[in-house]
Amino acid sequence: MLDLTPKEITEREALRINPCKTCQPAGALYCALGVHKCMPHSHGSQGCVSYHRSVLSRHFKEPAIATTSSFSEGACVFGGGSNVKTAVKNIFDIYDPDIIACHTTCLSETIGDDLNTYIQQMDIPEGKLVVHCNTPSYVGSHVNGFFNMMAGFIEYLAEKSETCNGKIGIFPGFVNPGDIREMKRIAGLLKANYIMFPDTSGVMDAPITGRYEMYPKGGTKISEIRELGAARKIIALGEITEQEPCMVLKRKTGVDSDILPLPIGIANTDEYVMALARLTHAEVPYVLEEERGQIVDIMLDASAHLFGKKAAIYGDPDTVLGIASLVLEMGMVPKYLLTGTPMDSFNKKAAALLEKYGVADQCKVKANADLFELHQWIKNETVDVLIGTTYGKQIAKAEDIPLVRAGFPVLDRHAHSLQPIVGYKGALRLVEMILNAILDKQDRVCADEDLEMVL
Amino acid sequence: MQERDKLLDKYAAKVFKNRKDHIVQLEENGVSQEISANSRSVPGLMVNRGCCYAGCKGVVLGPLHDVVTITHGPIGCGFYSWGTRRNKAKAEDGRNFIQYCFSTDMQESDIVFGGEKKLKQAIKEAVELFHPECVMICSTCPIGLIGDDIQAVAEWAKTTFNIQCVAFSCEGYRGVSQSAGHHIANNGLMKHIIGSGDAVPHYGKHTINILGEYNIGGDGWETSRVLKRIGYEVLNVFTGDGSYEGIKDSHIADLNLVMCHRSINYIAEMMKTKYGIDWLKVNFIGVEETIRSLRELAMYFDDPIITAKTEEVIADEYAAIAGDMGFYKEKLTGKTAGIFTGGSRTHHYQALLNDLGIKTVIGGYEFAHRDEYEGREVIPNIKLDADSKNIEEITVSKDDAKYRLVIDRERFEELKDKIELEEYKGMFRDMGAGTITLDDFNHYETEKVIEMFKPDIFYSGIKDKYVILKAGIPSRQLHSYDYSGPYSCFQGALNFARDSYMAIYAPAWGLISAPWKTTSTLMGKIGGEK
Repeated sequence: MLDLTPKEITEREALRINPCKTCQPAGALYCALGVHKCMPHSHGSQGCVSYHRSVLSRHFKEPAIATTSSFSEGACVFGGGSNVKTAVKNIFDIYDPDIIACHTTCLSETIGDDLNTYIQQMDIPEGKLVVHCNTPSYVGSHVNGFFNMMAGFIEYLAEKSETCNGKIGIFPGFVNPGDIREMKRIAGLLKANYIMFPDTSGVMDAPITGRYEMYPKGGTKISEIRELGAARKIIALGEITEQEPCMVLKRKTGVDSDILPLPIGIANTDEYVMALARLTHAEVPYVLEEERGQIVDIMLDASAHLFGKKAAIYGDPDTVLGIASLVLEMGMVPKYLLTGTPMDSFNKKAAALLEKYGVADQCKVKANADLFELHQWIKNETVDVLIGTTYGKQIAKAEDIPLVRAGFPVLDRHAHSLQPIVGYKGALRLVEMILNAILDKQDRVCADEDLEMVL
Repeated sequence: MQERDKLLDKYAAKVFKNRKDHIVQLEENGVSQEISANSRSVPGLMVNRGCCYAGCKGVVLGPLHDVVTITHGPIGCGFYSWGTRRNKAKAEDGRNFIQYCFSTDMQESDIVFGGEKKLKQAIKEAVELFHPECVMICSTCPIGLIGDDIQAVAEWAKTTFNIQCVAFSCEGYRGVSQSAGHHIANNGLMKHIIGSGDAVPHYGKHTINILGEYNIGGDGWETSRVLKRIGYEVLNVFTGDGSYEGIKDSHIADLNLVMCHRSINYIAEMMKTKYGIDWLKVNFIGVEETIRSLRELAMYFDDPIITAKTEEVIADEYAAIAGDMGFYKEKLTGKTAGIFTGGSRTHHYQALLNDLGIKTVIGGYEFAHRDEYEGREVIPNIKLDADSKNIEEITVSKDDAKYRLVIDRERFEELKDKIELEEYKGMFRDMGAGTITLDDFNHYETEKVIEMFKPDIFYSGIKDKYVILKAGIPSRQLHSYDYSGPYSCFQGALNFARDSYMAIYAPAWGLISAPWKTTSTLMGKIGGEK
């Protein structure tokens, strides 16, 4: 496996090998699926949306609906205005969503199509909405697409208000429906009156009933996005992912945000719980305190198996930072922190985190990097566990390193997207997965006389 | 016909006008009807089609395991076509590039100032890191728009690094579907690679190429195993587990076998013109079809040893699966199926379903042309529209040094009446009255035909797999084989039978309704009762 990857690292300026990111529209599509009765629409050639729907379906094992402007060569020359107008008419006629959320592609961005103008020229049925955002695939990654689509919804829909509706907005970051459910459960336990936006729970984890529902029960309601403009405050989870939507909401409606790390690990979850408690003035219920105590208990029980163990963590910036925080709490060393998303803020935040635990000199951090490079690092100095997306399985196999799957995309396992890695429950799950991965390998490779019955 | 009318009923005038010609409900068993195909999709309809890049890089070029294929464009397209198609490949020397994804990962400044410099640098880095014999460049949408001259870059790379380098302008907006990409890939392979080797024919070895076999789930390996058992020399598989090194010499084959007619008939035709190689349409999906294909192949060579061995292998392979196939057939007979695939499999798999007693009532293709439905005889009548005319048609001429006829033309003409030599009869001939076929099917139509025909199982792709499952219908992917396979020849048929049985008989189907939905939990006493 990956036999052609040399150990010697050479500087590459142009060739990306085995990327750790994909393009903006995939993230925009996922975001739009978190709005109730919304049809995501890709303004590009039909191959784009075919790829995006496929990767989302492979990750979530769920339908991922979206339509396309089906650009032809002619549309590239004359502009895609006629295509998107025809598309919108047909979508409302045939699929009857309440809202269509358009995103652009590298194609429509390169020819300079102006969706703003096209939307103004459209004949939109009464009571229906069309919104858009720009997602050029040659900027950033799918993470940018996700927050750009959030910003697009806010730009079009959030309404400035003189009176506060008393609600708390929660922006969940680029996470799984299982994570969003956990964030909601915690918010509920703290008696928060909240708006989760976007909310893919109940959409990308909908149950089987024997009847296909194009628009399942879940998703943020359009009215709720409007109401974000009258919220008391936003708790935004994901320090890198949520900057842009929070800024747009502030500019448009004046609503402030607390931007926190994704609540992965104890300290980050504590921050989320405390932020909620400060706003709701509710007493943190015993059930959360109990959960917290349980996970810390386990972390101490298992500490000896994990202390000093080295992890390579790769994937989306906020997810990597969150997992790194948990790993540090267990006394492990997050030796390599890598994201494909090109954002310097990742490097800074990772460095600060490592500094806090005094392990910065043992670790390597890099944004805008790829898995080929990660593999080369590992060939030079190995790790005990890989934590990240499915594409790391090649390295795991090549180097016989256990892999814990977390983040996006995980294409080769089931049920992961329904389970949290956030909150105390999510921390418990991650700790168990990491422990099992490391101990399973130990059991598999150790000498017979060293096989421990009790650990 | 009733169902077709109901399906079209929802559409407003313009969409109706377009879609009505793409939907055919057969009036008589096995009697072909005209269908509209290979034309633009209607914007806004949720179609399953991919694009030109997906057809070129994703399907035809991606499987070549000794080639560094660089996707020239932003990161997405390269990422999505990395390891997702299950075109298996083994490289004995460990030089297997299909585990890798190579891209120029174009950034905004590259789009503004042009990407040729970056592409050159990327090729340089690839050559220095991996020392490949061959580099291919596949461009994505923005490249054509900003006007990067990738052909010139390929020429530069050839002379600078002394390697083969072929550039494919397969931007996603070209043509109307993946089909344009197949054509572009075929043209490039024909122009630059096929016939560039210096091997001489292996006389008397019955040397064959298998075209349009991408080794999904190992199909190509299984088919090759059976063919080798009989005594054929399988020279090259296009392109499943194929290689640049191999296909350079593919011109020395005695015969080309064509599996996927849609994606590769261009090469079959061009090799016929240039090198005199005849081609035979085969189908190794389904037991009966495999037997037919093997016998026709034997008839072509007309070698008594091969003919005898063919029967021996058929008998042996058949005997090995007969018992289990009998079990599955008993469990599956009488069921109905729907199949939506790209451009060939809907036809191929109907044969296998037939073996199992399953009747296909719904069929559809994403990117087929009329000949896949109606047979090659309609080719002269197909009018090219603007989108098709934009795809380069190359003409090849006889290569006097390498041209070779394996059987005399009199026998060739004789055989043409008996076997599918340079002939493809199309899918409709094998479909029954009342069955419905959808060209460039979309999400709405999929939902609707499921509701109307209520098939017992539906074979399609990842985008609608979960839609179908949610509706309570067992579903298997026929693009990726749902991570199973091989499905070709005899053993493959058994794998497919097992997988279909498993999909239909999964115990969890019985758990969908919760008991409290059907059984009352209220307990109480009627007034006055003691």
